[in-house]
Amino acid sequence: MSTLTRPAAAVDDSVVRRSRRRSAKGSGSGLREKKSLPLTAIMIVFLVYSFAPLFYLIVNSTKSQDDLLSTFGLWFGGGFDLFANIRDVFTYNGGIFLQWFGNTLLYVVVGAGGATFLATIAGYGLAKFRFVGRRLVFAVVLGSIAIPGTALAVPTFLLFSKLGLTNTPWAIILPSLVSPFGLYLVWTYAVDAIPTELLEAARMDGASEIRIFFTIAVKLLTPGIVTVLLFSVVAVWNNYFLPLIMLSDPRWYPLTVGLNQWSQQASGVAAHPIYNLVVTGSLLTIIPIVVVFLLLQRYWQSGLGAGGVKE
Amino acid sequence: MSSRAITGLRTKRALDVPGRRRRKTRGSLSGWLFVGPFMVVLIAMLIVPIGYALYLSLFRDQLIGGNHFVGLANYAQLLQDSKFWSGFLRVLVFLVIQVPIMLVLALVAALALDSARVHAAGFFRIAIFLPYAVPGVVAALIWGFIYGPQFGLTGSFNSAIGIDLLQPFTPTWILTSIGNIVTWEFLGYNMIIFFAALRVVPTDLYEAAALDGAGPLRTILSIKIPALRGSMVIATIFSIIGSFQLFNEPNLLKSLAPNVIGTFFTPNMYAYNLSFAGQQFNYSATVAIVMGVITAVIAYVVQVRGTRTENR
Amino acid sequence: MHKRLRMVVGAALTTIAVTAALTGCSSGGSGSTSGSGGSSAVTAALKKGGTLTYWSWTPSGAAQVAAFEKAYPQVKVKLVNAGTGNDEYTKLQNAIKAGSGAPDVAQIEYYAMPQFALAGSLSDLSQYGFDSLKSKYTSGTWGSVDLDGKLYGLPQDSGPMAMFYNKTVFDKYGLTVPTTWAQYVDDAKKLHAANPDAYLTSDTGDAGFTTSMIWQAGGKPFTTNGTKVTVNLQDAGTKKWADTWNQLVENKLLAPTPGFTDDWYKQLANGDIATQITGAWFPGVIESGAKGGSGDWRVAPIPTYDGTTAVTAENGGGAQAVLKQSKNQALAAGFVKWLNSSNDSVSTFLSSGGFPSTTATLSSSSFLASKPDYFAKQDVNTVLAGASDSVKSGWSYLPFQVYANSIYADTVGQAYQNNSDLNAGLKAWQAAIVKYGNQQGFTVTSK
Repeated sequence: MSTLTRPAAAVDDSVVRRSRRRSAKGSGSGLREKKSLPLTAIMIVFLVYSFAPLFYLIVNSTKSQDDLLSTFGLWFGGGFDLFANIRDVFTYNGGIFLQWFGNTLLYVVVGAGGATFLATIAGYGLAKFRFVGRRLVFAVVLGSIAIPGTALAVPTFLLFSKLGLTNTPWAIILPSLVSPFGLYLVWTYAVDAIPTELLEAARMDGASEIRIFFTIAVKLLTPGIVTVLLFSVVAVWNNYFLPLIMLSDPRWYPLTVGLNQWSQQASGVAAHPIYNLVVTGSLLTIIPIVVVFLLLQRYWQSGLGAGGVKE
Repeated sequence: MSSRAITGLRTKRALDVPGRRRRKTRGSLSGWLFVGPFMVVLIAMLIVPIGYALYLSLFRDQLIGGNHFVGLANYAQLLQDSKFWSGFLRVLVFLVIQVPIMLVLALVAALALDSARVHAAGFFRIAIFLPYAVPGVVAALIWGFIYGPQFGLTGSFNSAIGIDLLQPFTPTWILTSIGNIVTWEFLGYNMIIFFAALRVVPTDLYEAAALDGAGPLRTILSIKIPALRGSMVIATIFSIIGSFQLFNEPNLLKSLAPNVIGTFFTPNMYAYNLSFAGQQFNYSATVAIVMGVITAVIAYVVQVRGTRTENR
Repeated sequence: MHKRLRMVVGAALTTIAVTAALTGCSSGGSGSTSGSGGSSAVTAALKKGGTLTYWSWTPSGAAQVAAFEKAYPQVKVKLVNAGTGNDEYTKLQNAIKAGSGAPDVAQIEYYAMPQFALAGSLSDLSQYGFDSLKSKYTSGTWGSVDLDGKLYGLPQDSGPMAMFYNKTVFDKYGLTVPTTWAQYVDDAKKLHAANPDAYLTSDTGDAGFTTSMIWQAGGKPFTTNGTKVTVNLQDAGTKKWADTWNQLVENKLLAPTPGFTDDWYKQLANGDIATQITGAWFPGVIESGAKGGSGDWRVAPIPTYDGTTAVTAENGGGAQAVLKQSKNQALAAGFVKWLNSSNDSVSTFLSSGGFPSTTATLSSSSFLASKPDYFAKQDVNTVLAGASDSVKSGWSYLPFQVYANSIYADTVGQAYQNNSDLNAGLKAWQAAIVKYGNQQGFTVTSK
């Protein structure tokens, strides 16, 4: 199952090199770089739209359960219960939130990490080697990109239940390892970013293919690899549907499914709403991903490029 | 250059050896070394489940009576299933409206950022991209609170202006409500794709246009938009695939609007409920296969038309 | 989510219907009756020890398990919350179908018991001599687990329906506490006319509520005889309820807020929803979720059609059952017996807000004397125990009730959505039920 729900376009390296002349601030029509207030205003509208729900999350994490039910949604309530909420999130039900956090990390490191690794070596192989069956591989990969992931979920579930793999971490990790679009990304990037002559020279010097890959190719592919890694991480971190159907033991839940279970606690006979934990837990779930994105900004912003310029 | 024997995967001299076949063999081994692992997992996790789904779709397993081969009966039933087609029509309508709106908004944002005339462009870029990092569950939860007709923001808004203007959970508005959530989630993502594509347009084009006296609007229409064609095609294709797969958001909102979001609201919800509420796995597999085929066909058509337009 | 109202059931699920159902599709059913070393097998298993997996969403689950392990140190119980209601049943069904992954013991609500029992997935506990426990439980709850001569579980809780109402609101608008449905409808009109933001009750369509109301009205829409099922959602009792409730639906007198949502809790707290016709487990829910309404609410017997005879139905509640897939059925049975009949366990369960199914508790003076502050020290349990005694007998659920409930919103829910005739929605539901049943190999006829 594809880990990339929305794939990015590939970078065209030669075009990137040509465009380095452009200033980092963008083109404009060249001469006029006067800041425009109307344009900024438009962007502020976009910003408010994007940020408002997150603001809601932050504000409501400071409220206790009772406050949540009694105060206005978009502004602070009487008290400041953020730290109490955080403490409750981590201690509720024997610290299961930490368990979920650990599970998510496991799935991400092994699943997304594995997916990136497989996609990278395969993309490199496809780009730089002529081998028997290459065309077939290419066709199969392109075809599989078009397969909707959710169409596979139920058959995969049934298969895994026959194999006894449901309710294990493998049920989440194995399907996450397939990233056809990650492969496509790396492939298009590698075609331009890695000069074949460099590889030939290394081969002439007697280096093994594996050595060449790790010492030369990986360095040149770094922005592409980081892009694929980042988007795989997001996809696995946010994965909800697959774990929902594969797992029945909450001890293996990732954060997404766990949060959903907590929000379900508000209903039914045993109803005991813990909306404050759901809201604070959601905030805590988002923070790691946001941090990762901020730190690795420059990689993914250069790794995404004009897929259309060179099709 | 003397020829040397090839041992295993070590290619000592790439330019060595006359026979193309030998080179191809050498390349084949190395090629498969790199591509092999991926293909193994691909076959196991993609091809095999599809095969199994196909197999399942040809049988029918009943609570009383067990498993029988029924050939194409499931497909015949599906063709006449009004629940399926109503769900399909719904995602089609959703797609036709939500995708252009989202992509146009993303385009506007990307163009604004690219014009270099916005204050603090970097900050806007990151902040607008953030919703992509939010899991669907959390997004549906937050928007569910916001949409609350009594005490959510819409409720407060309605009370403030005195009339029930916003009614997110009524049949008329439910698709818009869901569309809003999806747009919110992916606007920043698409904006970044377009922005990155705009960044690689060579400056000489702009200089030439400026010399010709082209104003900003003309530049946009003649240089930027054509440069975005490829990424627009890709963004469209994946938005289409995503729309056909719509499941998370309506499924999570179902408890807030139980009579409006039915069990067959989208084809994926239908497949899911067939399996897990009705234990009708065979029919569910049929739905999945048919949706997969339709999606692939439409994606292919868009891709072909998109590239053809580009090469015109 | 509102479909899970059914949890704390009990009472008159005297399902006589499912007679040959088991022989119809059982996979080597546990036909042995009591004896055959039954109860001694259990004692031996408990002594020997082992590990069990127990699926439950009951809040007191962890405390009960801890107490059990203390009493039987050789036994380890792994408690798993595999989801509430439907979510758990889905996983249970998948595990049963896959042949592995099912727990040893599972919590199953009464409406879903026939489904699992019929499929032959549950162990017959009468082989361990558990029939002797019959007198410990209300007849209604016992009837829900004693199906077709076999015992499929031991009742945990019950949910006889009563009417919870907000006295402050009633006093404010001069409403009389209704004893008949006609009065109830009148109150609804009066309240909503006086305050357009307030409603007498909320109902956006809930399969459990509907079936319980039909039950109270004397309807018997589902009968099962082996693999033959009859469905009649237009019988006299059903129509009686539908025609009454139509007055609320068609006149928009029902709060359009789905149950157990954030908005719903708020409306209960501030008086915008003035009553709830629901199971006896409701006090725990409203106490934890709608603190703002503390002191306003009371409980009264559910209104009836004739206003003279007290009659109610069950809504929610369940039992614990042993899965046939269990590798240690005797040990699992021992655990179930302790869980639902030992004093330690039952009192732990009660302290977390559940409503009991044990006759001893229901008649104990301490239980009856409980006066919660939330209800301004009304002795709610007396009223609710009275409800427990007046549950109507003769009701049965479908052998695929879980599925039927899942498509309720698609059919009857549309009548709620459009404020139109419930009977039309019920007919649509019936048609879908018949179609599904026949597709699944049952012989389903529509009356």
